[in-house]
Amino acid sequence: MNLQPSYWPLAAVLISLLGTVPILLSDRRPNLREAWTVLISIGKFVIVASMLPAVLEGGGYRFTLAEVLPGVAIALRVDAMGMYFALVASFLWILTSIYSIGYMRALDEHDQTRYYASFAVAMSATVGVAFSANLLTLYLFYEMLSLSTYPLVTHKQDAEARSAGRKYLTYLLGTSVALTLPAMILIYTLTGTLDFTVGGILAGKADASTVSILLVLLVFGFAKAAVMPLHGWLPAAMVAPTPVSSFLHGVAVVKVGVFSILRMVFFVFGTGLLADLNLGMVLTTLASVTVLAASLVALTQDNLKRRLAYSTIGQLSYMILGAGMLTAAGMTGGLLHLSMHAFGKITLFLCAGAIYVAAHKSNISEMDGLGRRMPVTYAAFFMASVSIIGMPPMGGFLSKWSMVIGAIDGGQLLLVAVILISSLLNAAYFFPIVYRGFFARAEGENGREEIREAPVLCLVPLSVTALFCLVLFLWPTLALELIQRVVSP
Amino acid sequence: MSATNLHMYALATPLIGAFAVMVAGQFSRRATAPIVLGVLSFSFAAALTVFLQVLSGGGFRYVVGNWLAPYGIELSVDHLGSLMQVLVSGVALTASVSAVKSVARDLEDRQHLFFTLYLILVAGLHGLVLTADAFNVYVLLEIASITAYGLIALGRGRAIVSSFNYVIMGSTGACFYLLGIGYLYILTGTLNMADLARIIPTLQSGPALATAFSFCIVGLWIKMAFFPLHVWLPNAYSDMPDGAAVLVAPLMTKVTIYLMIRFMFSIFSPAYEFIQHAGVQQIVVGIAAVGIVCASAMALGQRDLRRMLTYLIVAEVGYMVGGVWLANAQGLTGAILHIVNDALMTLCLFLAVSAIASRVEDLGFENLRGLTRRMPLTVAALVVAALSMIGVPPTCGFFSKWYLLLGGIEAGQWLYVGALIFSSLVNAVLFFRVIEIAYFRTPDEGVHGSGHEAVPVREAPAAMLQPLVVAAAALVVVGLATGPLVQHVIRFALPGGF
Repeated sequence: MNLQPSYWPLAAVLISLLGTVPILLSDRRPNLREAWTVLISIGKFVIVASMLPAVLEGGGYRFTLAEVLPGVAIALRVDAMGMYFALVASFLWILTSIYSIGYMRALDEHDQTRYYASFAVAMSATVGVAFSANLLTLYLFYEMLSLSTYPLVTHKQDAEARSAGRKYLTYLLGTSVALTLPAMILIYTLTGTLDFTVGGILAGKADASTVSILLVLLVFGFAKAAVMPLHGWLPAAMVAPTPVSSFLHGVAVVKVGVFSILRMVFFVFGTGLLADLNLGMVLTTLASVTVLAASLVALTQDNLKRRLAYSTIGQLSYMILGAGMLTAAGMTGGLLHLSMHAFGKITLFLCAGAIYVAAHKSNISEMDGLGRRMPVTYAAFFMASVSIIGMPPMGGFLSKWSMVIGAIDGGQLLLVAVILISSLLNAAYFFPIVYRGFFARAEGENGREEIREAPVLCLVPLSVTALFCLVLFLWPTLALELIQRVVSP
Repeated sequence: MSATNLHMYALATPLIGAFAVMVAGQFSRRATAPIVLGVLSFSFAAALTVFLQVLSGGGFRYVVGNWLAPYGIELSVDHLGSLMQVLVSGVALTASVSAVKSVARDLEDRQHLFFTLYLILVAGLHGLVLTADAFNVYVLLEIASITAYGLIALGRGRAIVSSFNYVIMGSTGACFYLLGIGYLYILTGTLNMADLARIIPTLQSGPALATAFSFCIVGLWIKMAFFPLHVWLPNAYSDMPDGAAVLVAPLMTKVTIYLMIRFMFSIFSPAYEFIQHAGVQQIVVGIAAVGIVCASAMALGQRDLRRMLTYLIVAEVGYMVGGVWLANAQGLTGAILHIVNDALMTLCLFLAVSAIASRVEDLGFENLRGLTRRMPLTVAALVVAALSMIGVPPTCGFFSKWYLLLGGIEAGQWLYVGALIFSSLVNAVLFFRVIEIAYFRTPDEGVHGSGHEAVPVREAPAAMLQPLVVAAAALVVVGLATGPLVQHVIRFALPGGF
């Protein structure tokens, strides 16, 4: 792979970090501030997309900031896997920013400048993780993400937010210091480097038990991936404003966790080493337990956002499940699910937020009949849930289908069962929401007359993301091309 | 002025400045600040020039007053020494910008007396990092300590009692050191470090030599507040005036650790302390690990910001002593790097404390509520310092921890490695607790919509904010510059054979 040195990766990361300055300075002029946010998000996407052609040709870019430790530098690397994640994240940030404007203004929220500024820093960290060239840089941006999302999670600043914030940082900082850091040092001691290399760096450097320990340390160390039992922070983080929940905890933060684990699988361990040592089973077992348990718990949740949170926990582990199959189709499916789930879940959360803005309802039991008054929102919700369940004609079908094929290829029929059962469970916790929204009759029906659709600034983004679920089904080429380079380099 | 004397000028100017301040201060209160800042700026510039010289041309030995050793005093300006000199002068300058402001408020008519002691202390520290004579170390250590006792006594509350406790403990430590030096003199007939290093290996390694070594080391341990000899530190450091704390807290213990390194490697040799007496090394690292854990635990129990920080200083001393006694290159690199990093972190933390104290009377946790709104920049700097203490890249604290952990793993000292990770987690809890209190106004604050009264932003005075921002920025810059720092400076400080 030919990685050209360039400043573009740095620009992609820094644009939103530097953008916090104009955002903070335009505190007193909300329209200017919002304009900055949208401008920066579009700029970020444009820079990321501009690097796409080189990646599609098999090349990429790199940038080294400083060699801080012998053999380890703070460096960025734009390759297929990073480009894939960065494209999804930066595109969805544009839509989320527009949605945020509608949401925050409709609710007249406080401290909006802090909100937008923290978001910008969090996006910088997300793209930083996507473009990290080694484990140290990834760790740096991973921590930056945990810290910059704290003000977002605790935005409401009430007692519930306080305890949610504590849980959030305890899980995320605690695991990264106690699990990821020792694993990182161990890898450095064994190999003398932390660079992400095609095919992994651990082959021949460590024995089976050490590699297994490292794998477990890293899967749980990257607690953002919410592998059970370290998932508790995610439902707690639902106290955040909905744009935060939708984007960060549907797309950015959680995907950073899974992305980090998958980076380890492909570029530190190497699929060959994992296959030789039969460690795919570790990944698939942990993932299967999470997928099934999370789907079951989701059934019991009445609060819509909490149900979506548990759904996310399950869906994240699909990606780990796919990767753990160590077959081409399985790994492709797992990686594909990253974008499919991103678009689907963000739609669902944006709809939840729209429902809250329009009707001030957060619990599913109170949402009977809302679908008739908010048809666009509920239609988007329906399309996105079809995608997440994995039925055609929505994108999620492609990723789940690929994973089923992958499981059959690997002779792991148990995993086929896991995928099918959990998809049924997904349907069981999504479809009632839509059904009751459209067909049920609420008590005190007269109260529903004032409810209208959510503001336009909220409706447009969620419609776009819902449509994308369909578009990605019809045209998954770009995603597949990038994934192909990761799975079979 | 000759370039070869520049390091002496860096030392001498604060000394002369001290007397100038004392005299000029009698006539005009406003003369104090310009003299202090001018003198320390010159001193820093000189130290920096010498450092750059050493980087390009190598270290050199310097004979004071042209009186040759072993009767005269020799200075050794090598990589480690000039790095320390830059550190001392840089921290002193940054601290003094803030100190000038806070002392003007705390000690209105005794400013000139305060800064007299302050500048003599800085001169003493300069001398300590340059000297190559073992007895000169004692003299300078006492100069530094006595001025520190005086500075502490100018503080608040029970400052005089705390200072007196420190006098007792500090003098005891100094006596131990003096006795140790005395034994060495009896055995070798010289006090010059280079001569001692030459003669000691030829001696019969008996109880006398071991006693000399242990007395000196224990004396230094008392001075640096190495657990369990640390008891004087929390009170002394909490009660001193903020203007003194920003200078003393970052530097005193770190310079003493530097002295321990000099003692162990420029007078004695690794062969002596690590190989001939191998058991001692295990014990010391074990004690360091226990010290880290205990100090961190004690910090958890504190309800006042200053006291919490003083216990963290004790824990950090444990890091460095443990790192030195790990007996490998990674550990020693980590320890030396941590001297620099910890000085900067402590500087930043105490500057933040000073800034907060300028607006908030009492630093108990309850009084810090909602501080983020009132003093956003100060809290931001505090957060950066906290990240460095926890060990989050790219702040410098991460990199020294990295080397220390590597060294610990290499030496198989799992207790030490565990203590470091435990300490990082405890630091996360400690600082997060403070930041959470600063961030949330009341326990049940619910802020809905924009209908809350805007809290006025009342930041610390600019004179306190500027050094704070510089210190916080330095934490990141030094972190990113770790590679060159280790490659071009610290590597030369490691003794041969490491």
